[in-house]
Amino acid sequence: MQRSSEKPRQPGGPVQWLSVNAIGLFTALAIPLATFLVLYWGFFFLRDSDAPKIVIAIVAIVWGVGGVAALYLVANSLVDRLGDTWRARIQPFIFVGPAVAILLWYLAVPSLRTLWISLLDRNGVDFVGLSNYIAVFTTRNMFTAFRNNILWILFGATASVIFGLLVAILADRSRFENIAKSVIFMPMAISMVGAGVIWNMMYEVNPNVGLLNAIYTGVTGNNPVAWKAAAEIAPWNNLFLIVVMVWLQSGFAMVLFSAAIKGIPGEILEAGRVDGATEIQVFFRIMIPYIMGTIITVSTTIIIFSLKIFDVVQVMTGGQFGTQVIATQYYREYFTNQNAGFGSAIAIVLLITVIPVMIYNLRQLNDQEAF
Amino acid sequence: MATASSAKKIKKTSKLGPILINGSLLLLILIWLLPTFALLVSSFRTRFDIQTSGWWSIVPHRAWMTDRVIDPDPNWDRDGVMNIEGAQGTFEEFRNGITLDNGTRVFWIGNKRIGKVEIQAYKWTSNFNFTLENYGQVLGGKTFEVRQPDGTIKTEQADNFVGAFLNSLTVTIPSTLIPILIAAFAAYGFAWMRFSGRRVLFVMVVALLVVPLQIALVPILQDYVRLNLNGTFLGIWLAHTGFGLPLATYLLFNYIRGLPRDILESAFIDGASHFTIFVRLILPLSVPALASFAIFQFLWTWNDYLVALIFIGAKPDVQVLTMRLAEMVGSRGNDWHLLTAGAFVSMVLPLVVFFSLQRFFVRGLLAGSVKG
Amino acid sequence: MNRKFAPLFVLLLVASLLLAACPAATPTAEPAAEPAAEEAAPTAEVAEEAEAAPTAAAAEEDAHPGEEAAMAKGLTELAAAYHGDYEGTIVTMTGPFTDEDAVKFDNSMAAFEEATGIDIQYEGSKEFEASITVRVQAGDAPDIVDFPQPGLLGTFAKQGKVVPATVMIPEAWLAENYLQSWLDMATMEGPDGPAQYGVWQRFNAKSLVWYPKASFDAAGYPIPTTWEELQALQDMIVSDGDTPWCVGIESGAATGWAATDWTEEFMLRTTSLENYDAWVLGELPFESPEVKNAIESFATIWNDDSMVSGGRAAIVTTFFGDAPTGMFQDPPTCWLHKQGNFITSFFPEGTEYGVDYGVFYLPGIDAEYGSPFLVAGDIMAAMTDRPEVRAVMQFFSTGEGVKGWLAAGGALGPQKDVQLDWYGSDLERDIAGLVNNATSVRFDGSDLMPGEVGAGSFWKGMTDYFSGAADLDTVLAEIDASWPR
Repeated sequence: MQRSSEKPRQPGGPVQWLSVNAIGLFTALAIPLATFLVLYWGFFFLRDSDAPKIVIAIVAIVWGVGGVAALYLVANSLVDRLGDTWRARIQPFIFVGPAVAILLWYLAVPSLRTLWISLLDRNGVDFVGLSNYIAVFTTRNMFTAFRNNILWILFGATASVIFGLLVAILADRSRFENIAKSVIFMPMAISMVGAGVIWNMMYEVNPNVGLLNAIYTGVTGNNPVAWKAAAEIAPWNNLFLIVVMVWLQSGFAMVLFSAAIKGIPGEILEAGRVDGATEIQVFFRIMIPYIMGTIITVSTTIIIFSLKIFDVVQVMTGGQFGTQVIATQYYREYFTNQNAGFGSAIAIVLLITVIPVMIYNLRQLNDQEAF
Repeated sequence: MATASSAKKIKKTSKLGPILINGSLLLLILIWLLPTFALLVSSFRTRFDIQTSGWWSIVPHRAWMTDRVIDPDPNWDRDGVMNIEGAQGTFEEFRNGITLDNGTRVFWIGNKRIGKVEIQAYKWTSNFNFTLENYGQVLGGKTFEVRQPDGTIKTEQADNFVGAFLNSLTVTIPSTLIPILIAAFAAYGFAWMRFSGRRVLFVMVVALLVVPLQIALVPILQDYVRLNLNGTFLGIWLAHTGFGLPLATYLLFNYIRGLPRDILESAFIDGASHFTIFVRLILPLSVPALASFAIFQFLWTWNDYLVALIFIGAKPDVQVLTMRLAEMVGSRGNDWHLLTAGAFVSMVLPLVVFFSLQRFFVRGLLAGSVKG
Repeated sequence: MNRKFAPLFVLLLVASLLLAACPAATPTAEPAAEPAAEEAAPTAEVAEEAEAAPTAAAAEEDAHPGEEAAMAKGLTELAAAYHGDYEGTIVTMTGPFTDEDAVKFDNSMAAFEEATGIDIQYEGSKEFEASITVRVQAGDAPDIVDFPQPGLLGTFAKQGKVVPATVMIPEAWLAENYLQSWLDMATMEGPDGPAQYGVWQRFNAKSLVWYPKASFDAAGYPIPTTWEELQALQDMIVSDGDTPWCVGIESGAATGWAATDWTEEFMLRTTSLENYDAWVLGELPFESPEVKNAIESFATIWNDDSMVSGGRAAIVTTFFGDAPTGMFQDPPTCWLHKQGNFITSFFPEGTEYGVDYGVFYLPGIDAEYGSPFLVAGDIMAAMTDRPEVRAVMQFFSTGEGVKGWLAAGGALGPQKDVQLDWYGSDLERDIAGLVNNATSVRFDGSDLMPGEVGAGSFWKGMTDYFSGAADLDTVLAEIDASWPR
């Protein structure tokens, strides 16, 4: 965090300002210095301390959150003393700089590193060119993984968005709003291990234990089916894993949609109703356009979730029975098989799949006017 | 949509509106609740019960119940036709059960050698055998009996979950608040400020959404080793901040961008700086979005296992709740009935967070600020 | 507003930080965990430093008996450790075992820690593979790692991340205290050619068949000692109307591993040890008649609905830990279960060895191949080389290093100086006896194969074959194709 804050503190056009007043100069230097020292000291305290956890936690919250806020404040007060031109130039970087710096460190640079490793052999030593990529696009396992990811997007992402929107809208008009939203949200709070236990029990082959097979054998009289594993229903056994994701993730969509719906000014809705629009017309003509931005955001996010879906598959089947997806293949190649080059190539392919989503969102940005 | 006939239909059904709305909502709630309910019921059942009968068997239902058991007569012709308690059939038929006219069933259990014969009746029953033992072990820690080389047995009580709970909190709260603040600034910058590189940087944020965090583990840990940050809470907050930032920035960007332009315009006319607008206008108006992201980030860091394992480790004094739960299942994965109770214990706090932040999702934050 | 507010805020921040830190500042002497791992000081320096202080204290006490014994075995560092030379040092360890096993481990180290003053900090996790890979690559490896699969260790050895065991422990002692086959199994390709990486600390026996003893006795079934007797027993159980075998290979992400164990058992029983070793190394392909024959010889049991509880369809979908439950129903629904000795932790609570269940050796099929025994085990490998790490590694190479665990149960010791009476339960003592009777011992092949095969296509192939998704020839060809060359 300190690292990022240094960027905006470049001195710029300070000559005329320097002569204005010495006290200003003093505060301008002392405050950032003090802030920096406090944060620096906090860094070492937090790194090295073995004080009671509660103390650390409290210091952490003050240091982390307060420190970040203080950095922004100080940086901004510095920039405020600059001339208008410089302020306009530097200020945006005070806003986006820290985020960009952290993203570079934590995700962008590791991605570049992965790109490099993807051109190396399994031990990450010798350069092998594109042969890992060729392998990615020619192995049967990877084909299955790609196909499954498409299934996840087609069914999983769509269903999550639809259910999320449906609940958000229905709940908005219901007296039982809080109950409904809490229930749909609840699965998100269950840890993945817990979700795995319960859904494995749902799909259990033994009809005495597995609810689905208890119903299925009871109704049809057929033999129980191994829903996650059965080769005869492949590739639709993936749907049973997708259901788990929909169950878990619809709450995510719902919360965001709900927040967006709450953001629709009541006056607009009232005006529509006064003009004689039916509820359904209000929904399609006023609400949907109003929350379109949110719909796009949520869809983008959930599509990306489906692209990098990992936990559900890992917990439910470990990617066996033809349920592997790109992320589980990456994990398997990189960690289980210790094939650094191949694993990295899979990760890069995953990154490439996001390009269409990026282009779309870039267009959104272009439509946006800034000050 | 707008044709006359469909409009009429809608008019008609709109009287049914509340019923329709609440009805479909109820249906969805029931579907969603089913697995959670199953988990809840299972968390009170013993390992044996979970393994051998469905959780729904707690509901009263009719089933074949054993009336009495008789030992098979060694003289019965097990390879031919036998006559037991008025029922007649071969061994295979008895194994499937022979139902008599009076409603009882004669059932052979076991094989020909050491089997027994049960006389069963079709009766109402329910498997209402609940235990608090699972929760006791999750909350209080398991007890291990370890035999020592000198033959004595030493009982060891594993730590209760309080320590792990505190660790989780220590990890989670800063890991939730720090990225939100940073992301809110960045989101405002991307949405309402003009600067060179805006597009490139924004694309980077969106692209990084898809990066699986596993690829970052090795390089980040390398840096941490150099900075002596490995195994510290600071390290894991920063890591969670880094991994959560793309989504936080993206979600908040889309919300802040959607705020009515005229509010900002009038503020600018009044001479407010970006910073003032951000602090005074944007942050208060973005509370629903901030609250929703706070919920998610809280959940993800709360339920995270891998990041915590890599950056702070699994030693008992630093391990987080998810690790304790994963260990609960035992060295061989043989105690998975404890997971059901563990899942509920670990769910409590996220739900509290959800309920307390839910009140921010209210209409009217923008009320009065928009004309017409 | 900013200008007024900013200093105030900073002031508040400073104050709150200072306040919060005050109670903490006093007890904080020095971050305890780091220095031991970080400094990696040259051997002599540490030894000197350590000696200066604690010798006086150590000398007052009587010399620990372990010191002399270690000296006699040529284990210099271990002797020095017992002498108290490394008091106050920390050795970090990691491994895949958690929960009860971690408690057993801590317990078995307690006496050593007390005698030497070395603090062994063990940290186990369920995501062992990922975490150890990340840590080793990032340079954050612990001092000693417990590998349940030598294959993973082999990868790190090749990358030069592991200190060869022969550097840390005198070779003569290793040769004296281990069967040659154990040493062979620890020999791996390093950056400078093959070397011994790690020492075997404990192992599990696999060639075991479990049976419900009480019901067995009641039914009057005999315990088979030969393959023919086993077949006769199978037929007897079938004719009595039951299915003899309880089989389940479902294991989530690892579904199929139990089938690889069966393959290895039958490889050992239907072909020569040379062929087994060649197969493990990838020199004998899966498509060869030997491997195919081995799989087919147990598939005749598995594919026969009258032989397996629940029929063939249940094999793939029954959790391996649930598979034996049929044996403990009254009366049992299945009677025989082949699995390693760890399976007892899945048996219903309160069941007792010798009363409720018993165990016998899965007999050899062909006299020519004798009675082989399949094992798996945990190998300890050192990632750093410091005297106290050497001392701990040397400790693991002695029977004393596993004694506490043997008493607690659930593991066997491969070291020759392990005494049978150290075993805390009759079960492990009996199993150790069975292993001693074996004509040959071989390690679990799938654990030795590369991850792609041993923890991937082999599992998946077996699962596909027994679930009916593919025929045997297809499956074997696919496994061969997945072997990294």
